[in-house]
Amino acid sequence: MPKTKIKHVDHVVIRFAGDSGDGMQLTGSRFTDSTAIFGNDLSTLPDYPAEIRAPAGSLAGVSVFQLHFSSKDIYTPGDRPDVLVAMNPAALKGHLADLEPNGIIIANSDTFNKKNLNLAGYESNPLEDGSLENEYEVHAIRMTNLVTKACKKIDISLKDVERTKNMFALGLLFWMYNRSTETTIQWLQNKFKNKPALIEANTRALYAGYHYGSTTRIFTVRYAVEKATLPPGKYRSINGNYAISLGLLAAAEKSGLPLFFGGYPITPASEILHFLASYRNFGVKTFQAEDEIAGVSAAIGASFIGNLACTATSGPGMALKTEALGLAIMAELPLVVVNVQRGGPSTGLPTKTEQSDLFQAVMGRNADAPIPVIAPSTPGDCFYTAYEASQIAIKYMTPVIVLSDGYLANGSEPWHIPKMAELPKIDVKFETEYNGKDKYLPYKRNKQTLARPWAIPGTPKLEHRLGGLEKEDVTGDVNYEADNHHLMTTLRAQKIANVANDYPPTKVFGKDNGDLLILTWGSTFGPGRVAVERLHKENLNVSHVHLRYLNPLPIDLGGILKKFKHILIPEINTGQLRTIIRAEYIVNAEGLNIVRGRPIRASMIVNRVKKMLGI
Amino acid sequence: MVDMKKIKSLDLSRMDFVTDQTVKWCPGCGDYSILKQTQRVLPELGVPKENFLFISGIGCSSRFPYYMNTYGFHTIHGRAAAIASGAKLANPDLSVWVVTGDGDALSIGGNHTIHLMRRNLDINILLFNNRIYGLTKGQYSPTSELGKVTKSTPMGSLDRPFNPTSLALGSQATFVARTIDRNPKHIQSILKSAYHHKGTSFVEIYQNCVIFNDGAFENLTNKKILSNNVVQLEHGQPMIFGKNRNLGIHLDGNTPSIIDLDKDDNVSIDDILIHDEKDIVIASMLSSFTYNDNFPTPVGIIYAVDEPIYEDLSQKQIDTAIEKQGKGDIQALLDSGNIWEVK
Repeated sequence: MPKTKIKHVDHVVIRFAGDSGDGMQLTGSRFTDSTAIFGNDLSTLPDYPAEIRAPAGSLAGVSVFQLHFSSKDIYTPGDRPDVLVAMNPAALKGHLADLEPNGIIIANSDTFNKKNLNLAGYESNPLEDGSLENEYEVHAIRMTNLVTKACKKIDISLKDVERTKNMFALGLLFWMYNRSTETTIQWLQNKFKNKPALIEANTRALYAGYHYGSTTRIFTVRYAVEKATLPPGKYRSINGNYAISLGLLAAAEKSGLPLFFGGYPITPASEILHFLASYRNFGVKTFQAEDEIAGVSAAIGASFIGNLACTATSGPGMALKTEALGLAIMAELPLVVVNVQRGGPSTGLPTKTEQSDLFQAVMGRNADAPIPVIAPSTPGDCFYTAYEASQIAIKYMTPVIVLSDGYLANGSEPWHIPKMAELPKIDVKFETEYNGKDKYLPYKRNKQTLARPWAIPGTPKLEHRLGGLEKEDVTGDVNYEADNHHLMTTLRAQKIANVANDYPPTKVFGKDNGDLLILTWGSTFGPGRVAVERLHKENLNVSHVHLRYLNPLPIDLGGILKKFKHILIPEINTGQLRTIIRAEYIVNAEGLNIVRGRPIRASMIVNRVKKMLGI
Repeated sequence: MVDMKKIKSLDLSRMDFVTDQTVKWCPGCGDYSILKQTQRVLPELGVPKENFLFISGIGCSSRFPYYMNTYGFHTIHGRAAAIASGAKLANPDLSVWVVTGDGDALSIGGNHTIHLMRRNLDINILLFNNRIYGLTKGQYSPTSELGKVTKSTPMGSLDRPFNPTSLALGSQATFVARTIDRNPKHIQSILKSAYHHKGTSFVEIYQNCVIFNDGAFENLTNKKILSNNVVQLEHGQPMIFGKNRNLGIHLDGNTPSIIDLDKDDNVSIDDILIHDEKDIVIASMLSSFTYNDNFPTPVGIIYAVDEPIYEDLSQKQIDTAIEKQGKGDIQALLDSGNIWEVK
């Protein structure tokens, strides 16, 4: 038997693919945890169907988890996998085209029967007909059979035995990449606390996979991916939805305000409601309303009362909340609105990612109705974005929109855990005395920010009425006069424009002038940064600016844009930021617009840049 | 927050609740009476002025908060119940009142209305029912009678009207009452009961629109005829009505009928049904008299029972969680999960 060699590599991309019921998300998450604890940098991309259990064996029912891990800093879940774990023919069929040339296929050959091959559209068995042989390293393993043997004499159903096959695959990959099984065993013991037989079965399956690698010697190579050099500190793996929830909790703590969340379940934002609902011991009030409108409306009610009020939704829910956002603008109440964008329009691609709600966030309301819009760049950055949105909302007495997306929401990365003491302060001042002569003036603004004061019900003497009708400047009385409306419209716009005064200077990655600038926003940060790094290796004069603040735009952005000959804006939409940038700065920005429900690949950006530069 | 139980007299009067804003309802509108009665009742409730919060949607009635010198929020069409829910949940010490109309509460905001009632937050809903759209100038409403001829239904409306009290009962409201704009004393008494009821109080107020639906409640307000058309409910009292208090509701099995003490010698006051506001069967029957020409229209408290209120249950969950898990420590939460350290 040949001896197994250890091969050192910088980075690896693994894609787990199987039926919706095969536990691929779970398998991927377990591998992610072990890899994070090992000390690699990583980035993940879960990708699953909208149906809970699409027909078994069908192409539509394939659930995918892609993981990119590395000894270096990484920014994306990877363009193409090096390893494809295919738990059935449909998984192989749907994902083979993405696999790197000479990539590794690990397939559960027990599922490659006639019925499943037919469902996947295979006329013959690709594991046996030689079609893969020359191009890939194929390992066809009878996983179902092997776990059945491993779990012999355990008192559980055949179905439960069969379900442990994902642990077999996981064990094998742990062996291949020299990861510890320890955290997964602990996890199993916790998950099946009251079902010792399931702990036993899954543990045996995990070891069966691990030992299969070490004893059969059919793998001639094991891979070593060294630890990444991350800044010192405590780390954990985090996804965007969880990071947003923590960011809101942190902002509530720092501002001293109770946290109120009003919302309605919608993919891919529901997790934020779930997370916050589990933190009752923080005094968090979550309100699962009767619909999206009631979710935001209840939050507006709580905001009037002096809570840090928030809601989270996705595109269709944002559409329903639109009128209420107008009310929050008119009443000038703080509110954090999280939109976890998904493919659209209408129901669209509920479980897939997209960046197509930018226009909706910036402009999608009746009348002149400006709202600050900020977007996180990575899953971990979702924490800081939610925190900053709360700061802006309170300081400027305005709703603020956080534009996350499905990829950020579900994807995870190592997260350098922040220290509460080091987060910026959030000052809140509730009015308690008259701010006018013998009366309270609800629209007497702060001269610097133009924010109006916040007096909450229950405060003696400051009784006042808010509402959607136009208000008279200073007094807040209902007022329909022409000049007053013009003034109030201008004041509302100027107040939001003032938010940009607080921004840090825009950072340019690379030189601050040159041939081409890649301008990204939201989750396209990762592919944008990777593309620029690759282009720098080829000595091309290309720079990268990532926009966190989408409304109002940074004051220094115009000057930066004008120092580049070309501007490329990659986005997962048909050119929404490009339209805004062109309108705002009259520059000839071009777009790279790929709307496939997945992150844009760095390689696509590299290719487009070269084309633009005539290379 | 002020402990309301300790407050006996706050020395408030009606004028304390009047704002400096000009009231802009049409002359003769029923809303004036309801506003005035509300301003009369509030000083008697022992609640500090700053703890009242009036929230409305859109429509004529929804201008109400501008005329109340309390905290107020004139919101968007149909959403008052949802906004009030968030406000009450955020601060259960406030006395929260939703002022709404038949279009606002039952058409565009129908969903929020029914869900507020089933959750049973301690909020008082005052539904001004004039059976027409006023502010949009006279289209039929979800309580307009079938065949109503309006600008939007020149050949008559095709949809059957909601019976608001039945809708409330069906939504599991714990307090359902009806009153009429032309009966100030009765309004006051119902508003007080609604305030004292712990849970969502649904109060339907028949209110005359002088411009677009004048006389809609003529048979219930015209002193010459109203006594035969209205039965005023009182808990534990027989359901007697009529010019000489000679008529009564009688129940034969499941079938209600009207008996006349003056005309029929075989019946006595003992044959008249006693109102029990805790009995859902009686409440449902009474509610079914709405729009029914064979029976008088019941006014008063149709149904009132005690059920746990949402904001209390919410607070209990918070207390229980703190008791079991300890008060949340955000840094400890951030530092939890699978942690590793880079040195």
